[in-house]
Amino acid sequence: METTANAEQLVAKAQAQNLSFYYSDYQALKSINMTVHEKKVTALIGPSGCGKSTLLRCFNRMHDLYPGNRYEGGIRLHPDNTDLLSPDVDPIEVRMRISMVFQKPNPFPKSIYENVAYGLRVRGVNKRVILDEKVEEALRDAALWDEVKERLDDLASNLSGGQQQRLCIARALATEPEMILFDEPTSALDPIATANIEELISELKEKVTILIVTHNMQQAARVSDFTAYMYLGELVEFGATDQIFIKPQKKETEDYITGRFG
Amino acid sequence: MDLRDIQSIRAVIARGKRWDVIFSLLGLLALMTGVLTFVALFADMTIQGAPRLSLDFFTNFPSRRAGEAGILSAWVGTTLVMLTTAMAAVPLGVAAGVYLEEYAPKNWVTDVIEINVTNLAGVPSIVYGLLALGLFVYQFGLGQSILSAGLTLALLILPIVIVATRESIRAIPQVIREGAYALGATPWQTVRDHILPYSSAGILTGVIIGMARAIGETAPIITIGALTFIAFLPPAPYQETLPFFNFDWLMAPFTVMPIQMFNWTSRPEAAFQANAAAAGFVLVLMTLAMNGLAIFLRYRLRRNIKW
Repeated sequence: METTANAEQLVAKAQAQNLSFYYSDYQALKSINMTVHEKKVTALIGPSGCGKSTLLRCFNRMHDLYPGNRYEGGIRLHPDNTDLLSPDVDPIEVRMRISMVFQKPNPFPKSIYENVAYGLRVRGVNKRVILDEKVEEALRDAALWDEVKERLDDLASNLSGGQQQRLCIARALATEPEMILFDEPTSALDPIATANIEELISELKEKVTILIVTHNMQQAARVSDFTAYMYLGELVEFGATDQIFIKPQKKETEDYITGRFG
Repeated sequence: MDLRDIQSIRAVIARGKRWDVIFSLLGLLALMTGVLTFVALFADMTIQGAPRLSLDFFTNFPSRRAGEAGILSAWVGTTLVMLTTAMAAVPLGVAAGVYLEEYAPKNWVTDVIEINVTNLAGVPSIVYGLLALGLFVYQFGLGQSILSAGLTLALLILPIVIVATRESIRAIPQVIREGAYALGATPWQTVRDHILPYSSAGILTGVIIGMARAIGETAPIITIGALTFIAFLPPAPYQETLPFFNFDWLMAPFTVMPIQMFNWTSRPEAAFQANAAAAGFVLVLMTLAMNGLAIFLRYRLRRNIKW
């Protein structure tokens, strides 16, 4: 189902290969094959319970935190062609390469500065000069610097919801990840904050590969270059966003997009 | 009945509300039973003990003469035993609680351990006393010392500390944990940088509530053989030479407040009853002060923690 619609050079960043996932006995993902292209935004859409968040959380091995979860197949991360799901690969190493932004803003109950610096501290970076520089850069990239530069030592919980989510994006950016996973990042935000985050995502793809789960089809249409439509744990259709929204190949996709279903 | 008749609707509401009044009165009565009993006891003890409450009472050793007897050895003993209890129970209880919540695999073994820990909290304290007599006093040869008593009470409050630790860890939202892991933190980094700091208020509260219980324990302390009459203090914890402190006091014989009280109440002379009342007043104040400290610390530490 590879698309050839785009003329520009596409480089694969990550490839799910026959990826299945089980919560104990329940199979939540059924043999997914999908390519995430480098420095593009790929959106996962589909009705609730279709497995889009489950798929997203495979990419940083979040499922390893809970007992009884099992992967089958693999996810190849390029350029080194590492199988992210291999038992030989430490999930912590995967999470150091691929960071994540959650559904609800989840800043740590620490200062704004420490929130952004935490990923670096985890990596053993404790020099103030380096931290200062990286924190500022990440906050600038997350379009939050101007709002918080005067009060970096304030608690993150004093920020508004939209600012908190941008802080979480800065936190994810600070460690220079190769890829960022967004799990319905605007579902807890008001329309203006949502618009800001969407704009930010479009800017971020200059630097980093983005995979985003969204329950909002218009959002997928606005921010993504590629869209995958999932239903009941299966990847129904994958392609360039324009093509998926204007001329879907499958009837199910069309029904969902046009609102007849889901 | 006409369901739209406003008069009958009002009658139904009035009938329903009568039960609210009756229940709230019963509830208030139930509440007052506990509160008033305590207030009455405390007032009685205060009135009876008030004439004995002076600085001398705190700086005198017990004596055959009721008028000169004081609680010096008792309050020093209680303080040192509590210190030992905290030093033993906090690291053990917090480590056990963190392990159970953050590290232990969830299977039937941990379920059994969990049930056991909860049950330990219900074991009568005299049983801990017997255990400690056999284990600490004789087996380990620690004797009838502050260390034995501290460890005994530490065992007694260990389940309270473990349960408090687990509950305050469980109150941390899972998304915070996931946020740390998603940045590549190891379980230990997550515990050190997030779990412990965010749960410290609850843990401290649990520790202090446990200590407030331990401070009044008499049975296990008598069982391990604390003295009922002692007219000297444990050796001072500081010294002139390096390293300027010592732990000799850990091995010293001692008595504690409730034993001092118990000793005095068993004397026939009325004057000693007043001493017992005064000591009881001090003991209750110590407990209330600890609970007050718990409330204060919880407030202070939680001020910055919002999810």
